[in-house]
Amino acid sequence: MRSRALEVALNTLMFVFLYAPLLVMIFFSFNASKSTSVFTGISLHWYGEVFSSSDTMTALRNTLLLALISSTVATVMGTMAAVGIQRMRSRFLSQTVMTVTNIPMMNPDIVTGVSLMLLFVFIGRFLGLANSLSFWTLLIAHITFNLPYVILNVLPKLRQTDKHLTDAAMDLGCTRRQAFFKVVLPAIRSGVMAGWLMAFTLSLDDFVISYYTNGADFQTLPLKIFAMTKKTVKPDMYALSTIIFVTILLLLIVVNLLQQRSEEAYERNDQ
Amino acid sequence: MKKVLLSALLILGLWLFSACGSGTGLDPEALTGTYSRDYAGTTINVFNWGEYLSDGSEGSLDVNAAFEELTGVTVNYANYESNEAMYAKLKSGAVSYDVIIPSDYMIQRLINENMLRELDYGFIDNAALTDPDYLGLYFDPGDAYSVPYMVGTVGLIYNTALVEEAPTSWRVMWDERYSNDILTFNNSRDAFSIAQLVLGIDVNTTDKAEWDQAAELLKQQNRVLQGRVMDEVFNKMEAGNAAICAYYAGDYLIMLEENEDLAFVYPEEGTTAYVDSACVPANCQNYEAALMYINFLLEPQVARANAEYVVYTSPNLAVQQDDSYSFKDDPVLYGELPTVQWFTDLPADVRSYYEALWEEILLYSE
Repeated sequence: MRSRALEVALNTLMFVFLYAPLLVMIFFSFNASKSTSVFTGISLHWYGEVFSSSDTMTALRNTLLLALISSTVATVMGTMAAVGIQRMRSRFLSQTVMTVTNIPMMNPDIVTGVSLMLLFVFIGRFLGLANSLSFWTLLIAHITFNLPYVILNVLPKLRQTDKHLTDAAMDLGCTRRQAFFKVVLPAIRSGVMAGWLMAFTLSLDDFVISYYTNGADFQTLPLKIFAMTKKTVKPDMYALSTIIFVTILLLLIVVNLLQQRSEEAYERNDQ
Repeated sequence: MKKVLLSALLILGLWLFSACGSGTGLDPEALTGTYSRDYAGTTINVFNWGEYLSDGSEGSLDVNAAFEELTGVTVNYANYESNEAMYAKLKSGAVSYDVIIPSDYMIQRLINENMLRELDYGFIDNAALTDPDYLGLYFDPGDAYSVPYMVGTVGLIYNTALVEEAPTSWRVMWDERYSNDILTFNNSRDAFSIAQLVLGIDVNTTDKAEWDQAAELLKQQNRVLQGRVMDEVFNKMEAGNAAICAYYAGDYLIMLEENEDLAFVYPEEGTTAYVDSACVPANCQNYEAALMYINFLLEPQVARANAEYVVYTSPNLAVQQDDSYSFKDDPVLYGELPTVQWFTDLPADVRSYYEALWEEILLYSE
């Protein structure tokens, strides 16, 4: 009985720590006044304001665009890499490759950021570019730190499948490509989706690496918010963060539902 | 379910790749400068402080969108949070900006390092509107490299409901009666300047013994301080969580909107002032369009929109004399100033000396 009470208490505490800051932010996003400390009344004013600032909209669009492209590219590359790693005959080789691909994940962001910047600047100087840092360097950086998360999500799924799956499919008349797209990919789909989603959210909120690798032409939302330290952060940022939070929450729910359905369907097919 | 998700993604995708266009709030009839569409299709990179440009929120003028519509030049707009961050990005040589808006002492450093390009005033006819008080300042005596954008001063903000009598001196920031109710800057130069003003030391001193003296005074302040803050100061003062703070004059007016008990004073020892000016970096890629953008910033209606948005002192005469400007003749922004000192760029050894002292002060406890 006592352990049950403890369990409830610990869980409650955990949820408070996780969600209290978000709830405070959501609460103040409905504040009628400009203040971010004194609550004067409920209003949707700041939700309208979010869309009136072209600057904020550009930053939001940049952030989403970057997250979408980088996570998709990373998912394609990461899935290919996972398939490759799984097929490796030598255990030593596959372990080495795994370790190397995990480095961007284990490395402190600031080290990854600074070293990527140095590399980009070096190459930019070499090529004589006026702008060595741009949207493209930011994109490369995001793909880089997204990759290990995709691989880590896909590889366990691949290991769960029968290692003769491709052979069996080819036995039954598939070409190599068909075997992958019609048989292997559906089997690991949930892992691919999870990897994509993780990459998407990581890219969405990355600050440190973006800070070092962004150029003049492409500012993301976290960078914009960080630059607001001289003057106060206005509640329209709270409203925007609330919208993003709710969107991601809904996205997660939808993805989970889809995943559950597809897994059920897959199991039914199996029987 | 899948269809819903797909169509949601499709809508998102369409929005991501489309440019949203709506009214910018610019009155083309009232323009005083000359603008050409000769540079339409080109791009300029503008690097400015965060929240330092009217962006169309709350019905204000959308400066970048208006400029794009007027000239056809695309504006890439990015923000920085400190002069030093801007300097690092510029110095790395990895990015070329066309317009930057650094503060006085940073302009001095950039000029000394040949990182700025001289301005061709033939493109900046609105420069004539600049208040002569802010021309020919120490960092750019001939105004060859910079045009003032915003000006500001530091003052003492206090909550009349929480102080016993109205303070007139910076010394109140060491007053034991307000122990744990005092806030100061969380940046070394501004925090040091208050101690230097109290001690009567030049804020640009290169004498290390004088920096030691100021540091000693700042260490004593730790006892009464509630904290060292930057933008958190807004919340704390507005909510009445602190009684006294030192911050930028214009920001007092923003706090005043939320808490009428707040009052402002320029202490008798004097204060420091700063000016942020528009400059063109030496490695700029689109010089004429950059000058056109600077001219646009000086445009009376644009400068007024920015002055209303940022709430700092505008060095633009047309704004100062505009009857519809909310802060016209505001005593805090445009009143009589006490003795004012400007920060100059200090030699690197002095800089690292006081930064080391600053680290000591932060860790100091009795």
